[in-house]
Amino acid sequence: MIARHFKRALEDTLANRFVNAVTIMTIALTVMIVSAAVLVFLNASDWMSVWHQGTRIMAYLQPDAGGATTALQHSIESIEGVQSARFIPRDEGLRDLKARMEHPAALFENLLENPLPDAFEIQLKPSDGSWEQIEAVADRVRSLAEVEDVEYGRQWMVAVRRIAHLFQTLGLALMGLLLVAAIAIVANTTRLVIYSRQEEVEIMRLVGATERFIQAPFLIEGLLQGLFGAVGGIGILFAGFSALAVRIEQNGLAGVVTLRFLSIEQMALITVASMLVGWLGCYVALKQFLKL
Amino acid sequence: MTDHEDRPPIIRLSHVHHAYGRYQALIDLSFEILKNELAFICGPSGAGKTTLLRLLYAEAHPSSGEIAIDGARLDDIPRTGLPLLRRKFGVIFQDYKLIPGRSVFENVALVLEAAGHRRALISKRVLNVLRMVGMDQHAGTLPIRLSGGEQQRVAVARAVVGDPKIILADEPTGNLDEASAQAVMDLLQVAYIRGATVLIATHDKAFIHRLGGRILHLKQGRLAAFERVEKHHDRTAL
Ligand SMILES: Nc1ncnc2c1ncn2[C@@H]1O[C@H](COP(=O)(O)OP(=O)(O)OP(=O)(O)O)[C@@H](O)[C@H]1O
Ligand SMILES: [Mg+2]
Repeated sequence: MIARHFKRALEDTLANRFVNAVTIMTIALTVMIVSAAVLVFLNASDWMSVWHQGTRIMAYLQPDAGGATTALQHSIESIEGVQSARFIPRDEGLRDLKARMEHPAALFENLLENPLPDAFEIQLKPSDGSWEQIEAVADRVRSLAEVEDVEYGRQWMVAVRRIAHLFQTLGLALMGLLLVAAIAIVANTTRLVIYSRQEEVEIMRLVGATERFIQAPFLIEGLLQGLFGAVGGIGILFAGFSALAVRIEQNGLAGVVTLRFLSIEQMALITVASMLVGWLGCYVALKQFLKL
Repeated sequence: MTDHEDRPPIIRLSHVHHAYGRYQALIDLSFEILKNELAFICGPSGAGKTTLLRLLYAEAHPSSGEIAIDGARLDDIPRTGLPLLRRKFGVIFQDYKLIPGRSVFENVALVLEAAGHRRALISKRVLNVLRMVGMDQHAGTLPIRLSGGEQQRVAVARAVVGDPKIILADEPTGNLDEASAQAVMDLLQVAYIRGATVLIATHDKAFIHRLGGRILHLKQGRLAAFERVEKHHDRTAL
């Protein structure tokens, strides 16, 4: 039964080559744009987490926290996501600071007292690079009684994050719009096909075909359009991606910028979504025309 | 051809009217056709023969009155029940209604596919009826490449292929030469002998006399007479 509908759908697709080609190209374009957005987003978050991984958290201790440092180190290191914590006594902190200054003498010679508190430098586990993770760890550290303040991240990272967030929202909105447009276009072309077959549909009804029997080939056609569109769209995107990758290689940036393409799972997901778009488009058209 | 009046009616009309807009095409029709009966609808062009047939397989609905097919009132059949109702019928449409984009074979096979039969059985039965109407040579041909008479034979094949309980034939020999007309009649007669109820709209008096049966005379949408005609064995009646 399915095989019969499938055969019919294939024959129909071939018979309406032009309309189908237009529909498939539309879906391919949509798939390409959406996948490209996903790809950019994936790579961008890759880079962001690379940046995050360099992050360390400085925990400044209360002046009276005194010497109970081993216990504190223990409790810091037991926080999830923390790789290691190194105690930096205030004297060492000052020495470091002096060493980093170009002309420290004038300023520091006059200091009667070391203004720095004792501190812990906390290194995060490499896998826990996401911003949320850093914030969570910082919060846990701050909540320790001996800790007066924590310092982490950089202002620009917050800014980048905000922008990324904005792009993500815009991207999602755009994808939603594109999907609706794609469904509408599939619905329109299917409508054309059904319209040209009203007589055929009527005859099928008169000889006892059920609505499901009549509609099945149309819906399969929708699924096929979605499938071919996805394969086409991802294919084009992959070609573009490969070209870009070659360019980066040639410019000797291979080590600096790492790019990755969509995973098999992601491509499968996009394909399924695309088939769903094709199916939905047909469904909308059928519902209108054949009073589903 | 003995009529057992205890046979149940398979088609029953009571006070059926049908109007196209303000034009009364059928007026107050009441009659019964019994199971496995061979009957004819006669009447001049425009008398309402096609309209009457369309009401039976529910392509159109009567403006008033009641129709029952095989014991079920058409008014009681939901939309989803229409396919099953229509599978009880094999209809030879006056305008054939073949699907232009599908081959002769596919057009005939459609009935069996829609009823969910197996592929192997479908091929066998379709080729068999095509042979009986002499169209097996044209199985792969599109209907537009056929003459009117050939299309009519395909329409006949499609009407009988599913072994329907009721065969409705609207001028089934209208476009046929003597030999083809005879083949179609034979086919309808075979279906009748195998137990189908056959209702034929025709002007063809020779046809009626050869087969014999009851005749519904329609005149301007009214039932003018419902009489029995005995079978004439001599072909000189032509
Ligand atoms: N769709 C329609 N709309 C309006 N009037 C119609 C329609 N179909 C048929 N009629 C009218 O109803 C009357 C009966 O038509 P019908 O087709 O039933 O006649 P018929 O007996 O089959 O004629 P013929 O022998 O020419 O096929 C005719 O006068 C016709 O003009
Ligand atoms: Mg007619």
